[in-house]
Amino acid sequence: MADASGADRAPLASPALDLPRPPAFNAHGVWAIYRFQMARFFRTLGESVATPVITTSLYFVVFGGALGSRIDEVQGVGFGAFIVPGLIMLSLFTQSIFNASFGIYFPKFTGTIYEILSAPVSFFEIVLGYVGAAATKSIIVGLIILIVAAFFVDLRILHPLWMAAFLVVISVSFSLFGFIIGVWAQSFEQLNFIPMLIVTPLTFLGGAFYTIDMLPGVWRDVAMFNPVVYLISGFRWSFFGESAGDVPVEWSVAATLAFFAICLGVVWWIFKTGYRLKN
Amino acid sequence: MTPIVSIRNLEKTYTGEFQALKDVSLEIERGEIFALLGPNGAGKSTLINAVCGIVTPTSGSVAVAGKDIKADYRITRSLIGLVPQEMHIDMFETVWDVVSFSRGLFGLAPNPSYIEGVLRDLSLLDKRKSKLMELSGGMKRRVLIAKALAHEPQVLFLDEPTAGVDVELRRDMWEMVRRMRERGVTIILTTHYIEEAEEMADRIGVILKGELIVVEEKSALMAKLGRKRLTLQLQDRMEAIPPELSDWALRLDPDGRELDYEFNVHDERTGVPSLLRRMSELGIAFKDLNTTTSSLEDIFVSLVNTKS
Ligand SMILES: Nc1ncnc2c1ncn2[C@@H]1O[C@H](COP(=O)(O)OP(=O)(O)OP(=O)(O)O)[C@@H](O)[C@H]1O
Ligand SMILES: [Mg+2]
Repeated sequence: MADASGADRAPLASPALDLPRPPAFNAHGVWAIYRFQMARFFRTLGESVATPVITTSLYFVVFGGALGSRIDEVQGVGFGAFIVPGLIMLSLFTQSIFNASFGIYFPKFTGTIYEILSAPVSFFEIVLGYVGAAATKSIIVGLIILIVAAFFVDLRILHPLWMAAFLVVISVSFSLFGFIIGVWAQSFEQLNFIPMLIVTPLTFLGGAFYTIDMLPGVWRDVAMFNPVVYLISGFRWSFFGESAGDVPVEWSVAATLAFFAICLGVVWWIFKTGYRLKN
Repeated sequence: MTPIVSIRNLEKTYTGEFQALKDVSLEIERGEIFALLGPNGAGKSTLINAVCGIVTPTSGSVAVAGKDIKADYRITRSLIGLVPQEMHIDMFETVWDVVSFSRGLFGLAPNPSYIEGVLRDLSLLDKRKSKLMELSGGMKRRVLIAKALAHEPQVLFLDEPTAGVDVELRRDMWEMVRRMRERGVTIILTTHYIEEAEEMADRIGVILKGELIVVEEKSALMAKLGRKRLTLQLQDRMEAIPPELSDWALRLDPDGRELDYEFNVHDERTGVPSLLRRMSELGIAFKDLNTTTSSLEDIFVSLVNTKS
């Protein structure tokens, strides 16, 4: 039995404590979070990939096959090819938001967040791990859709570097957005609320499957307030060039960066206030 | 020497109304086993979680190894391992993965042989490839301990490590705690069970309604808490307590079947041996006897009364 006397205890406490000298950036911690998230993705690779592949194929059957035969060209591009950038964006948005919001909400839900909160990781490192993993997953899905699409239609990418840049910045931005939703959400219903209610409609009304020119008068003006229009237009520009965009590409770049900055700002605010992560 | 944990005037008010901690100050020495004792809702977990960074204190300060837990959180958190009260685990992951994850999260490079050692110590090595949902409750609890040890902490917080755990595992757990202490690890545990605090701790703090009302060396506290009750089941019914036994403060139950005697285990003379001797001289036979410690609530009440 342990003895209670102080004299008996003293020798145990003798060697001086070596204070750990943690680095200014906890790379192992970020990597641990990132890998943990990615492991979940690869473990369920079948489901993770099957859904977007099947959905994309269906879009091609319906839009490319059934409708595409009647609409032969949109702004000089075959309709089948024309919808590819929009399709990729559509799944980039939903995948990024879903992955990031679920990624941070799940530990809140199961309580395992306690470990993240008690670990020597900064908020920035937490965001890096979760958002990095979410963005990686959605980029992988986006590229898979691109490959699947290449089986159905003739694709050319005029500005591949710009395409990659849009792909990365937009998936990171929407992953940040998803992270914010995941932090804010207190239930699974709330987790689905924003993607269902806002993002999907904005995407469908954002010119994923048509150009804004095709809309009747007033709606064309309304559409210009939809930020998603700018993102999709820019991404489509990187495929087909100036003629296929709804707005000049400079506007698209500006809108993309603005959205990215706003999401970063909100995440920063969450960090400053500790909003809903801690008691 | 700087205390390994130093808590100063810590207060916590949840959501602007409920005060869970009231002006708690406490110093814990390196290498000791400290038990926080208190009933449900006393604030034990809140106190631990505040030190570990999970709960943000409303006011007051905490230092670990002389470093402030806010300003130097990377150092203090690297030093601390936490086993939470609730079973917070990733059901779909394997034992090996979640324990390795913890090590990485705390900023350490992978060290499979160290993780293996931890799992072996906790008899989890053969389960390393199992998913957590395939484990029993006791095993899951040990996984939580393995996670807390994965980054080689100097201070280990165990929030009710033996709640809902069988006797054997409880013994193992105590054994593990002693081994940790021999390596110089400071251990702070919470418990409802006074026996557990008695078995394990060097010092005991009693917390009640958010106030740390007593902090004492175990032996000193046990003297205060050491009231026990001896119950004798009589062979034959007794009408009244015979005058020969009037030296002892006895109580006879209404049936006349049981005799109760309250005593303090730490008294020089508890009166128990002499009582039993006297009874046998008088030819009063009993079928069975047992002793019980006064309940924790009784003790808390008496502590609060002596305090005020
Ligand atoms: N997140 C929270 N929000 C509001 N009140 C809380 C929260 N967590 C704990 N409390 C309250 O604070 C008080 C102390 O809780 P705490 O969990 O620290 O008690 P405890 O001593 O650990 O109890 P137990 O022995 O049951 O684990 C309780 O009254 C509890 O209801
Ligand atoms: Mg508790």
